Amino acid sequence: MVESRGLRIFLKLATSFTLAFIYVPLLVIVLYAFNERRTLAWPLPGLTLKWFEKAVNNPGVRDALLTSLEAGLGATALAVVLGTLAAIAVSRYRFFGRETISFLVILPIALPGIVTGMALNATFRTWGFDLGLFTVIVGHATFCIVVVYNNAVARMRRIAGSLDEASMDLGADTWQTFRYVTFPQLRTALLAGGLLAFALSFDEVIVTTFTIGGQQTLPIWILSNLSRPNQLPIVNVVAVFVILFSIIPVYLAQRLSGGGGAEAGGRI
Amino acid sequence: MSAVTHGETPPPDGLGRRLSAFLFRHPHLRLGGLLAAPAGWLVVAYLGSLAVLFVAAFWRLDPLATKIVHDYSLDNFRTLVEEDVYRKIAFRTVGTAAAVTITDAVLAFPIAYYMARIASPRMKAALIVAILTPLWASYLVKVYAWRIILQEQGVLNWTLDPIGLAGPGFGKYALWLVFSYLWLPFMILPIYAGLERLPTSLLEASADLGGRGFRTFRSVVLPIAFPAVVAGSIFTFSLTLGDYIAPQIVGTRQFIGNVVFANVGVAGNLPLAAAFATVPVVIMVVYLLLARRAGAFESL
Amino acid sequence: MSGRKARVARWAVLGLIVAALSVVAAGCGGDDGGGAEGALAELGEFEGEVSLIAWAGYVEDGSTDPAYDWVTGFEQETGCQVTSKVANTSDEMVTLMKTGQYDGLSASGNASLRLVAGGDIAPVNLDLIPNYADVFEDLKDQPYNTVDGTPYGVPHGRGANLLMWRTDVVKEAPDSWGVVFDENSPYKGKVTAYDDSVYIADAALYLMKTQPDLGITNPYELDDTQFQASIDLLKKQGTIVGEYWSDYTKSQAAFSSGDSVLGTTWQVIANLLTAEKVPVEVTLPTEGATGWSDTWVIHSNAAHPNCMYAWMNHIISPEANAAVAEYFGEAPSNAKACDFTADKNHCDTFHAADPAYWEDVYYWITPLVDCGDDRGDVCKDHSEWVQAWTEIRGS
Repeated sequence: MVESRGLRIFLKLATSFTLAFIYVPLLVIVLYAFNERRTLAWPLPGLTLKWFEKAVNNPGVRDALLTSLEAGLGATALAVVLGTLAAIAVSRYRFFGRETISFLVILPIALPGIVTGMALNATFRTWGFDLGLFTVIVGHATFCIVVVYNNAVARMRRIAGSLDEASMDLGADTWQTFRYVTFPQLRTALLAGGLLAFALSFDEVIVTTFTIGGQQTLPIWILSNLSRPNQLPIVNVVAVFVILFSIIPVYLAQRLSGGGGAEAGGRI
Repeated sequence: MSAVTHGETPPPDGLGRRLSAFLFRHPHLRLGGLLAAPAGWLVVAYLGSLAVLFVAAFWRLDPLATKIVHDYSLDNFRTLVEEDVYRKIAFRTVGTAAAVTITDAVLAFPIAYYMARIASPRMKAALIVAILTPLWASYLVKVYAWRIILQEQGVLNWTLDPIGLAGPGFGKYALWLVFSYLWLPFMILPIYAGLERLPTSLLEASADLGGRGFRTFRSVVLPIAFPAVVAGSIFTFSLTLGDYIAPQIVGTRQFIGNVVFANVGVAGNLPLAAAFATVPVVIMVVYLLLARRAGAFESL
Repeated sequence: MSGRKARVARWAVLGLIVAALSVVAAGCGGDDGGGAEGALAELGEFEGEVSLIAWAGYVEDGSTDPAYDWVTGFEQETGCQVTSKVANTSDEMVTLMKTGQYDGLSASGNASLRLVAGGDIAPVNLDLIPNYADVFEDLKDQPYNTVDGTPYGVPHGRGANLLMWRTDVVKEAPDSWGVVFDENSPYKGKVTAYDDSVYIADAALYLMKTQPDLGITNPYELDDTQFQASIDLLKKQGTIVGEYWSDYTKSQAAFSSGDSVLGTTWQVIANLLTAEKVPVEVTLPTEGATGWSDTWVIHSNAAHPNCMYAWMNHIISPEANAAVAEYFGEAPSNAKACDFTADKNHCDTFHAADPAYWEDVYYWITPLVDCGDDRGDVCKDHSEWVQAWTEIRGS
């Protein structure tokens, strides 16, 4: 260990402080899911479990959750496909505009969501597409491509190109090479990227506002319900459920990525 | 795969193999096929839409009918330059974005370093899960949680009251705090990835050469981690630059995002909104170009 | 790169650029046209659903509070399932209405005229709405719901913007808007104001009564001097405002937590706070107030016109109109609703049948260039109000 003891103690303290900083607001959310009254007042007047029952029985939540899952899965699938294609092109070929691809891919997520939203909205309306689940999936995929792309490129850099050539020498065609040689090595990177893409899509609200029709994804539902006086506790309950359920896929992806290492965190 | 036995002629190739062989002989077609979908979408649809938006900035709005009139002029840009308030709002937004970026870099570095170099593998895995999980908590709910914490009779004032202090309430300090909180995971992950690639041998060599802790940090660790910090800063900067929801909930003054949204989502004045939206777009494009020079794109 | 590859690469890039430009060209093409003209001739079959944009509290289906529900009965009777979107300002409502995805809207005066001018709403055939006959006379044929003699909607109800304060912080009950415009207010940082350009009219109204030499006769018809004076007043007010609100639950939360203690409000917010046991009082100050008179309008290309007409007839029926007027805290539009309110004095409290009271309430209406009097076309129009509001909010 190169780091001195003092440094290590400082880092441990800093880490605990940062973790506390990250989790205090989440604890507030959890606490308010049990709030007896509907208001934001502090301290809490009392605790109750009734909002959990109301949340489960609320049809708006269920529809919104379903829409969010559909949009997330669709956007992730699209992003994985497009991101992988671009990553393979960039890592295995040299061509005019290669450096620009990285720049292009990061634009949708680096530009403010409101700009991406407005632009896509204008395009969809001009080309006559009705705003709905499809436009949301396309919108989300646009800024999700980059997370898959980055993970795939980083992994492709570590896969020797010679493996592809060896496979071809052995008589495999392009599709077989991809299926039996390239893809298995890419798999965990795509998984990490796909998970992060899903998370980004699941929680996105600004681009969604501009690309969705009459339906609601979960963030849209939350936004509209935070404006209604008596729905705040249900919103908190929904948030708690989402946090708890999300620990599972995050943990799973972390394990499947080989435990530890930068891959596990996924590259943004 | 077809097995070839001696003396037999191999069966005729299926369509898949013939296509594959054809593509092997024409690498640029293969490249084209790979790039067609992603480049097609990004260049044609996304860049095309941005171009349409930019063109709309030169139009104007017929106020009574709330219809966009295709009269080309520089009026919108003139308004932005002449009216002080837009400059003020732009500076306020950029200033907050910069403050948030620096804060996040400072907060993220220790925990990223700890995760990369000191934590045991189990602790590392646990910390990664711990940092990624809040990304799944809804952004809106997190901001409202901060509203509860920062409000007049909220959690922060309740804890500070016994020692006679008071929290900042809503306003620019609240927004600085909330934005730093929201985008912190986006800064931790790249720095962690970057520090993971720091070979221990470099640190030992530096120590061997007589470098004390801080000198090693400044001359060895920081230069290697810098691209990663820039990579993380792309997100903290751009996400703050365009946000309009958090300012409405815990802020008191308007940011670029609020003005753009108020004009497009509320007033239907797309031309003015598009004109003002070019400000963060230009800022981010410049920022991205600088970041690329700093090597951030490899550290994402 | 070899010559052939370079050529191919260049063609590919060229192709992409051409495709992108064609997107731009398409986008530069004409805007979508206005809607079809003409009111519905006769009622047909109900379509099974109707989608509305409404002010918060206008379309209650029991999910906020089971005691307030005038939607479920309508849905059961007509089979028209109601989906509603709450919007916080008239500007938002106009923008939403223009997407063409909604059938109808509860429009205030500063939305309805813009929608008529834009061709987004259709005239209404009042013969198909039996309950219209019982609407108060002073709500019929008004400039904000009738254009050139053609009716564009049915009146929903009207109310005034009130001054609210927390009685435990503001000890002396105010009776003038002066308290929210006072630069030296002891409640600096805790005053609230409505976050929309139409609030300029509130400043103009205050100047109308306190600075008569400015010559303001109508707070929505402001020429350059009067407009500048109003803006200056609002910029000064900005130094004491803590939060501007348009989302009524945020206003409610702010008063509840003590972040706001004084400012403009709607009766419904005061009602919700009192139910929460927060100590507040409201009053209509001596200078009068701005207010609203809302009209249900129908989109010119409504997908479900018959259900929309059924809704319009339902919401101004005596029982439903009474329920919404009581919940929101406004005066109903249907005279017969006064018999159905739970509080028998509701109509008196809200001056539903008192035309003289409404002379001092200036309904929200779209500011136009045409001042409407002998000054001519020198007044500030809506877009200038919106720009000025950005100036005020940004500083």
